[in-house]
Formats: sequence, C-alpha cells, structure tokens
Amino acid sequence: MGSEHAIIVGASHAAAQLATGLRQSGWDGKISVVGDEAIPPYHRPPLSKAYLSGEKHSDELLIRPATFYEKSSIDLLLGTRVTAVDPKNKCITLHDGGTIPYSKLALTTGARVRKLSLPGCDLDGVFYLRDLNDVNRIRGFIGHGKSAVIVGGGYIGLETAASMRKLGMNVTVLEALPRVLQRVTAPEVSAFYSRVHGEEGVRIITDAVVEALEGKSAVTAVKLADGTTLNADVVVIGVGVIPETELAEQAGLAVDNGIVVDEFARTSDPDIVAAGDCTNHYNPIYDRRLRLESVQNATDQAKTAANTLCGKLEAYHALPWFWSDQFDLKLQIAGLSQGFDRVVLRGASTSGRSFAAFYFSGERLLAVDAVNRPKEFMAVRRALAAGHSADPAKLADESIDIQHAFLS
Amino acid sequence: MPLVTFISFDGSEQEVHVASGTTLMHAAADNGIPGVLADCGGACSCGTCHCYVDETWQAKVGTADDVETQMLEFVIDPQPNSRLSCQIVIKDELDGLVVHLPKSQF
Ligand SMILES: Cc1cc2nc3c(=O)[nH]c(=O)nc-3n(C[C@H](O)[C@H](O)[C@H](O)COP(=O)(O)OP(=O)(O)OC[C@H]3O[C@@H](n4cnc5c(N)ncnc54)[C@H](O)[C@@H]3O)c2cc1C
Ligand code: FES
Repeated sequence: MGSEHAIIVGASHAAAQLATGLRQSGWDGKISVVGDEAIPPYHRPPLSKAYLSGEKHSDELLIRPATFYEKSSIDLLLGTRVTAVDPKNKCITLHDGGTIPYSKLALTTGARVRKLSLPGCDLDGVFYLRDLNDVNRIRGFIGHGKSAVIVGGGYIGLETAASMRKLGMNVTVLEALPRVLQRVTAPEVSAFYSRVHGEEGVRIITDAVVEALEGKSAVTAVKLADGTTLNADVVVIGVGVIPETELAEQAGLAVDNGIVVDEFARTSDPDIVAAGDCTNHYNPIYDRRLRLESVQNATDQAKTAANTLCGKLEAYHALPWFWSDQFDLKLQIAGLSQGFDRVVLRGASTSGRSFAAFYFSGERLLAVDAVNRPKEFMAVRRALAAGHSADPAKLADESIDIQHAFLS
Repeated sequence: MPLVTFISFDGSEQEVHVASGTTLMHAAADNGIPGVLADCGGACSCGTCHCYVDETWQAKVGTADDVETQMLEFVIDPQPNSRLSCQIVIKDELDGLVVHLPKSQF
C-alpha cells in the first residue's frame, strides 16, 4: 500500500461512493472515513418512508456492509467527530483531541436541519428528522390512534405524514406558505398532493403560523396563531436544511451557501475536495451554480471527487433527479424546474393518481414531476441528459407515445 | 446459501453466496460487484440496478411488474431478459442463478 492517506470527513452517501470510487480509480494509499454517526453509511431516504412505517428493517439500510469496507481496506472511524481541519499542516483534529495527518482530504459533511426557536421546542416528543437516531427515537412515540403534528409541508414532511397515517395515526401537516411543496413544484402538483393526503385522511393546514408547542415535560398540543389547538403525541419539524460548512469555514475555504467547489469537486485548497449536500457547484446543463440535496448529487459528485484525487480530471456533468414515495404515489423528478414559465400536464392531476407535469422555460423542457409514471420519468431523464427538448402538444396527448414527443 | 454468478460486460465472472431473502441488488452491492449502481437503494426509482437474467433462469426468476416494466423500457440497451436487480429476491430455488451486467447503467 502507498504511503499516502486520503481522509473523508462525514460517512454517508457521498462518503460511501467517494471511498469506493477512490479504490476503483486506483488509489493505493490508505483511506479513512471519519463520521460522527454510529453506523456505516446508510440510505437516508427510507428514514421518512419505508423505515418509519416499519416496512424496512435497519439492516436493509446500509449502503454496503461493514465487511465490504474491510475487504477494500477502507478504515471506518465511526462515532468520531472532526473538530478542526488544518490545511497548512495537512491534518485533522478529532473530538477526543487526537490528530491525523492527510495527503488528500474530502469533505462530505452534508447538511443539518434548520431549527425553529418556538416556545416548547425542547419538550419530549418534539423531533427533527435527519438521522437514523432521530427516527429510532420518533418510533418510540408513534402508534395506531396517536396524534402527530408535522411542521413543514415539503417532501420530508409529507412523507413523514404519509408513513404515520399508514400506521393509523391522526396526522396534521402545518405549512406556513399558501400551498405544500410551494418552493419545489407547480401549483397543480401541490394541489394534487393536498387532495391525495386529504383522501387518505391527513389534515393539511396551509398559511399556518405556529405560536407554541405545549405540554409539561412532553408535548401534548400545538397552538396556532389563529387560536386553533391541535392535540399532539409527537411533533416532527421538517423545515429544511443548512449545509454543514463549519469545518470548511474554519479551515479558510471559500464558502457561499455551501462549500464552493469547481467542476472537478475541488475546493479553494488544492488538496481538499468536497461532494454532496455540503457543496455549492456549477451545473453545466442549467448553466448556474447550485446546492442540491439529493442522493443523485451526493453519489455523482463523489465519483468526480474520487477521480480528481486520483489525478483524473473529469468534469461533473449530471442531470439532477430525485424521488419521493407517499402512500401509493411514486413521484420521480428529472431535471430542475426552477425558473419555469409554463407547465404541461399529461394525464389528470385533479382526479386519479397518475400524471406527469412537464416544466418549460420558453421552448426549453426543464424538468418533469412524474407521479406513478416511471416511463415518462425515464424518458425525460434520458432526453434532458442528451440535451433534447420536447413538443408540449405531444407531451399533453396521451395517445402519442412519449418517445415520439422529444425533439433532437 | 444460494450461489449467484454475476458476469460483467467484459466477461469476467464473480460467484457469490447470497442469503435467501436478500435482493439481487443488495447481493451485488454487498460484494462490490461493479456495474450495479443502485442509486435509490432499491426503491425501484432509479433504474441503475439493471441486469440481464440468463435465459435459462428467466422462468424461475419471474417477470417484472408494471412499474419495473416501464422503467426497463428506457434503460440502456433493454432486452427481453432485462430486470431491475432490486426487484429480484433470492430464494433457495435460485441456487445457481446466472445474471449478466450491462455495459453502462446510464
Ligand atoms: C428523511 C430524508 C428523506 C430523504 N429522501 C430523499 C429522497 O427520496 N431522494 C433523494 O435523492 N434524497 C433524499 N434525501 C436527501 C439525501 O438523503 C441527502 O441528499 C444525502 O443524504 C446527502 O448525502 P451526503 O453524503 O452529502 O450528506 P449527509 O447524508 O448529510 O451526511 C453527512 C454526514 O456527515 C456527518 N458529519 C458532518 N460533519 C461532521 C464532522 N465534523 N465530523 C464527522 N462527521 C460529520 C453527518 O453526521 C452525516 O452523517 C432525504 C433526506 C432525509 C433526511
Ligand atoms: S436500486 Fe434503484 S431501481 Fe433498483
């Protein structure tokens, strides 16, 4: 084994891919992955979905088993927090005071939840949802007939609501804006999700202003500014995340809504790369800088970062995509819809449970939200990756095979 | 434990023992089989765990459901024996299974 040492900080989606990618790209030095969570990198998306509803067990969550890292000579330092990076002397400091030198460093520190400062936020039974640990604690508070209030009508809030409703709980979602998913989807898609949640028995309150969480030691109710009081055995707050950039800032790296990286995942220090939720990077398909919160970005950018550390410069060029499972709704999103000026629907969003919303800016197809339409999702993903647009009239016409709607 | 053989696009073979009840995708990930990405972790949402079930095993493995079939239409080089490996659960009857991996997942 070579004498070089690559250290990866954070042990989640990006880290798992980066470590594996380094070996695949021929890194023959030491590799250490240092993460503050107790278990090897695991799939985070099921936390609000199949894991919360009990359909998936924790042993199915691991991205790869611990033995895989052993066999690949990748050292996992779990339950270990990195407290400082010293780029001048090229070493990191751990929470117990120990230091480890590196030849190359990768930051995959991800994101942490945005916290609310409401009266009652620190009562028992009030949770944020980011880690396996959070969900394991939440699971102690849920069960048939109990009441849950979810603060935040984004994907994670709605998924959490659906999973809890499936368990037979009384669930209310509080959204501060006029509609759920407002920041990420068209009004038609928001209306669709509100309708289905209603049909499934979830109560959604929009324009909600939470005044306080009430209870003695454990939460018992949520009070709104309009005087409404909602019973709650458990409250889950899902109001977005903040990129985890503390280490990078302290190390003097460029940070601007995420760790600033170039197309090769390099930070402003030549020996430090970064990948995943923590980065602010350039996307050539949409010609702008982005910070994404998705498994796709974590894995694909980590591949680029691994190549870079092995001296193979291949620019990060990937089409963003995402998914969300709620009840029997399988949502798959290809592309980024931000900046759209027109939405074209294929199938009905006002009845039934299957349609696709295509987002356009002028003539250009930007993205699709496909609900129970895997074919539309896959077709658009391929077309967008290849730089094709589509004919809106053909997309809207269900009698025309989706394949024939694209323009080259 | 059933034995499964993965044959990659370049022809190299890897034999692995897989506990019954494990998905074929997990078997590939657990053993570091290159060529299966499985970005969505088995949610049948990404289509990056595509494989070809060896023709002699197709009947025993069974066919794809509607969602999987739609996804498979748009993977790279779909064939009649294409499957998403996250949707195949290994059972004792599949001892000896042979699967081929595509050139690229996307
Ligand atoms: C409930 C939930 C559902 C989701 N659903 C989906 C979905 O359906 N589809 C999708 O694409 N994405 C989904 N996401 C988003 C996806 O999980 C993230 O984009 C992905 O986890 C990002 O991976 P990452 O490796 O960049 O960072 P993270 O997963 O955030 O991991 C960063 C890790 O680094 C650790 N860390 C941070 N700082 C330090 C330090 N100083 N020392 C040691 N360790 C440190 C953290 O504890 C954490 O374990 C979901 C997220 C959540 C929470
Ligand atoms: S792992 Fe994503 S579809 Fe199989």
